Amino acid sequence: MSPELIGLIAQATAQTLYMVAASAILGTLIGLPLGVFLATSRRGELLAAPAANAALGLVVNAARSVPFIILVVAIIPFTRMLVGTSIGTTAAIVPLTIAAAPFIARLVETSIRDLDAGLIEAARAMGATPWQVVRKVLLPEALPGITLGLTLAVVSLIGYSAMVGAVGGEGLGDLGIRYGYQRFMPAVMLAVVVVLIVLVQLVQLVGEAIAARLDKRAPRRPK
Amino acid sequence: MRAATPIHFQNVTRTWPQAGGTVVTALDDVTLDVPAGSITGIIGRSGAGKSTLLRMANGLERPTSGTVTLGGDDVGGASGADLRRIRRAVGMIFQHFNLLANRTVRGNIALPLEIAGQRGAAVAARVDDLTRLVGLAEQADRYPAELSGGQKQRVGIARALATGPRVLLSDEATSALDPETTRSVLGLLSDINARLGLTILLITHEMAVVRQICTHVAVIEAGRIVEAGETYRVFSDPRHPVTRSFLAGITTVALPGFIAGRMLADRPQGPAQAVMQVTFIGDHATEPMLSRLTRDLGLDVNILAGAIEEIGTRPFGNLLVALDASRAAQAAATLEQHGMMTKVLGYVA
Repeated sequence: MSPELIGLIAQATAQTLYMVAASAILGTLIGLPLGVFLATSRRGELLAAPAANAALGLVVNAARSVPFIILVVAIIPFTRMLVGTSIGTTAAIVPLTIAAAPFIARLVETSIRDLDAGLIEAARAMGATPWQVVRKVLLPEALPGITLGLTLAVVSLIGYSAMVGAVGGEGLGDLGIRYGYQRFMPAVMLAVVVVLIVLVQLVQLVGEAIAARLDKRAPRRPK
Repeated sequence: MRAATPIHFQNVTRTWPQAGGTVVTALDDVTLDVPAGSITGIIGRSGAGKSTLLRMANGLERPTSGTVTLGGDDVGGASGADLRRIRRAVGMIFQHFNLLANRTVRGNIALPLEIAGQRGAAVAARVDDLTRLVGLAEQADRYPAELSGGQKQRVGIARALATGPRVLLSDEATSALDPETTRSVLGLLSDINARLGLTILLITHEMAVVRQICTHVAVIEAGRIVEAGETYRVFSDPRHPVTRSFLAGITTVALPGFIAGRMLADRPQGPAQAVMQVTFIGDHATEPMLSRLTRDLGLDVNILAGAIEEIGTRPFGNLLVALDASRAAQAAATLEQHGMMTKVLGYVA
């Protein structure tokens, strides 16, 4: 493979990392509070707001039902409004974030709902405000689960990022399509796939290691 | 030391409307006094309503009607910041401990202090005191998963005491523990009650728990208090069948088999022995009553079985004796005159 191609692959990898990192961070900023709200706002719960909970649940489900490639084109006007253009790598961050946020919200919700309800009762018995229950009990206790959820979300985002070539977003997926498929260069396609596999493996390994470090539920070696 | 706080339930009813218009009644017109500084046990079968009643004391449950007061505070009517202030003066421990898995022993005990807005060195000092109080100074930096059940409950107790509450609520705190650990945790609660002078309200389904530490007991059945009072009184003279069934096997001294097999319900013709159960409470347990029977009435008393134990810090004796059936009434009168309770269980020819 020519140094030129290697340069292209390196550049595409950097673009993919940029899109995935930016949309994962933005998606978490939006998804985390939504997930906390979804997990605590049903009838009789900590932040009981059943109507808002049902409405948000509907929006989240709707966003998650739209196939990503359709989402990308459907929100082009919104993307243009937000970043001034609807094409390019930065513009691709908008649909990636919109796909990630509801996914992350559901993952956060699940992690919090997995916690023992007795923890909330204990905190309420201590006179905790709902916000204190969230900040001091629910989020810290759910953190290992949320970390694994975010790992899953990042892996999904790496996959989604391959589709943003459709609106001029670059990155590994776009490189694979344009060079590997359209110019029939199987070596490039293979290189793209290998880099993606390595990326996903790394993300998964790092995510699991962090989650295991945070999780004190299982006893470690006796000290 | 702050004064202990009494808890008072007045005509408390709790119902839940069900789909289809029916109503489930968890508590039915419950009136109960939990004296300040007492260790009061509420005993009942599962579903009897004891858990709902306990949770009324810190506002985790609301009465449908009636009032719950804690000292001068109306818990049932409080909400928002008021209710949170009351809750900070009430500690609670749980059957499954409800500790935060991702906080150390120290971190768990500090939680209520953080919630109360305390920070820094004062929190650390208070947490150190509490780990020593419950005997966990060595384990202070471990996580709950590294502790035994008894140690976890000790963390729960330390956490419940962190804010210096006047009342401690215990929700089946020893039900998940083995008998030996149960005794040691109950011993700790009893010690705390004496040392800190706080009121303890606990729920349990085990009479052994009541016997070991409770000064007062209330028996709940189908949402109603069927019997309540000082423990030794309820134990010595249980009125309600549910109380009796809880007491069975705890205070009943078993008749030796060779007597039980020959016992008759009605007094037979001719000479016979009456089998009598004599129950004594308080100081009577230490008086030589049987020798008095022999001396004053000239009766021969045959001891079949017996035990003296301590219930709510008072001696409590239970004795099975056989004596001349024709003079059983006279013996019973003498014993009752001295504050004992007697009951003829049957006759042996």
